[in-house]
Amino acid sequence: MVDLKAGARFQSTVCSTEVIVVKGAGEVDLTCGGAAMVAAGTGSIDGAPADGAADGTQLGKRYSNEAGTIEILATKAGDGSLAADGEALVIAQAKTLPASD
Amino acid sequence: MNLMMLLEMAASGLGERTAVGSKTTGLTYAELFDSAQAAARRYRNSGVEAAVLCDESSHAVPIMLFGSAWAGVPYVPLNYRLPSEDLLTLASRVGSAVAVTDETNLDRLASIDAVTTVQQGDFLADPAGGHDIGAEPGDWNMDPDDVAVLLFTSGTTGTPKSAILRHKHLVSYILGSVEFMGAGEDEATLVSVPPYHIAGVAAMLSSVYAGRRIVQLPRFEPHAWIDAVEAEGVTHAMVVPTMLTRIVDALDERGGEPLLGVQALSYGGGKMPRPVIERALELFPITNFVNAYGLTETSSTIALLGPDEHRIAQYSDEPTERARLGSVGRPLPGIEVAIRDDDGIDLPAGEVGEIFVRGEQVAGEYRENGSLLDADGWFPTRDGGYIDAEGFLFVQGRNDDVIIRGGENMSPGEIEDVAMSHPNIRNAAAIGVPDREWGEQVVLVAVADGTAPAAAELEDLIRSRLRSSRVPAHIVFVDELPHNDTGKLLRRVLREQYAHLGDGPAD
Repeated sequence: MVDLKAGARFQSTVCSTEVIVVKGAGEVDLTCGGAAMVAAGTGSIDGAPADGAADGTQLGKRYSNEAGTIEILATKAGDGSLAADGEALVIAQAKTLPASD
Repeated sequence: MNLMMLLEMAASGLGERTAVGSKTTGLTYAELFDSAQAAARRYRNSGVEAAVLCDESSHAVPIMLFGSAWAGVPYVPLNYRLPSEDLLTLASRVGSAVAVTDETNLDRLASIDAVTTVQQGDFLADPAGGHDIGAEPGDWNMDPDDVAVLLFTSGTTGTPKSAILRHKHLVSYILGSVEFMGAGEDEATLVSVPPYHIAGVAAMLSSVYAGRRIVQLPRFEPHAWIDAVEAEGVTHAMVVPTMLTRIVDALDERGGEPLLGVQALSYGGGKMPRPVIERALELFPITNFVNAYGLTETSSTIALLGPDEHRIAQYSDEPTERARLGSVGRPLPGIEVAIRDDDGIDLPAGEVGEIFVRGEQVAGEYRENGSLLDADGWFPTRDGGYIDAEGFLFVQGRNDDVIIRGGENMSPGEIEDVAMSHPNIRNAAAIGVPDREWGEQVVLVAVADGTAPAAAELEDLIRSRLRSSRVPAHIVFVDELPHNDTGKLLRRVLREQYAHLGDGPAD
């Protein structure tokens, strides 16, 4: 379980994925490739993404849950896919163009 | 089509939400609607041809923008800091007007017979000016060709021209790029550009339509900007590059703590120095950055580089992706962009030419010389640039700023980008000064980051990346490059300042 605070950075223990939290609330079981993510800089890669959690995480994309309460930006790509409390996180679709004015 | 449609929808869907100001003392959408109606009564009853604003940002801005639309007269925000002579020249071109002004300009504008002045405070206390009839809900004109806004463009040569923006241009821009009521109740946008900047006008319209509260910072100062962000819970902001440079410095002065509350930061109005945006991406680590390219004549944004591309460029090792940070992104839906050579022939991807644009929001029209759109509706931006293979637009700079040396055209941007790739150079401007032998010689005016590198080091860097013809004949270090209030680098000023470094006849 990790505290999903805006600005917090995490890394995967089974692939090269690294992320930063854009939006989040409280303690969440954040996983990548099926394994719990750890605070950035505190772990190393050991093993590989589990089947079913290996769709990959793309650099620069934002991932969110259905409810939209969690949003995570991938700062480094990897083979594992992200999940929060067991729910797979999907690429957040922009509702419309980003506000430019 | 009328701008009032946008406010009417907002008032209807979000009446009690704060439209502008702080949550406790601001105007709600319903109140803004009523104030616009009151202002419309003033304009219609006084029979004026224009609603002039000659003052810094205040609640008068949205009241006048919508009130004038309701009344069917153009809204004309003027640069309140112009010297008297220039201000009076512009103001006398407008016809009869009610001008809301600050104290400084009250007397100046009062000297024009056709203009009736009202002080900002008096206008806000009673937008109707005592008139209680003359405008009813829904009775605004719907002719899409009616003029909504007149903006004087900051020309680089000669007197400014008045760019005409009609209701159809602005409404189509908003409907095409903003989701109605798309903003959550806790969102707030900080507008720190002056009212006479197209981005300021666009921000008003898009924020009202999205339902995002507008917080105004009438006078930009970087620490005041940061304080306003924190005090008002600002989630969105638009800045010109010089503002972002100063904000980044101020944040570093305060210890370099990241600002996490800002959800989206958009910038435009001029070229963003790469070192500044790179540092900003670190100081705002989860913010959605948007680079918006557009002109007054195109109702602001026609292309934008989105948040994903910014973060990909920041974290990627791949050169093409990193290079995208220097791009203005892809054209908005409904906008077509073409790159043409001097003969007007379309150029393929990767080749540099003049940027042409076409679309419903493109006005491209001036009072002084009519429409500049060609027979097929294309507008020449007079900016040079190219589109890459993936459709990303790169703007090299104004064609007027091209340096011509020995018959060769050189884009200042190319030289500036290489100079700025040096870790100790934070900003740079390449200008041409007269030269008897070459026509023009290159002078590089640079702002150092830390210790200024030796001229020879910069010359070698430029020689190795570009051709030797691009190597500046002179390199000058300054503390700051000159910009105007809308964020434009004043190359004309630099050319005048450093003309003496050339040896040719002055222009």
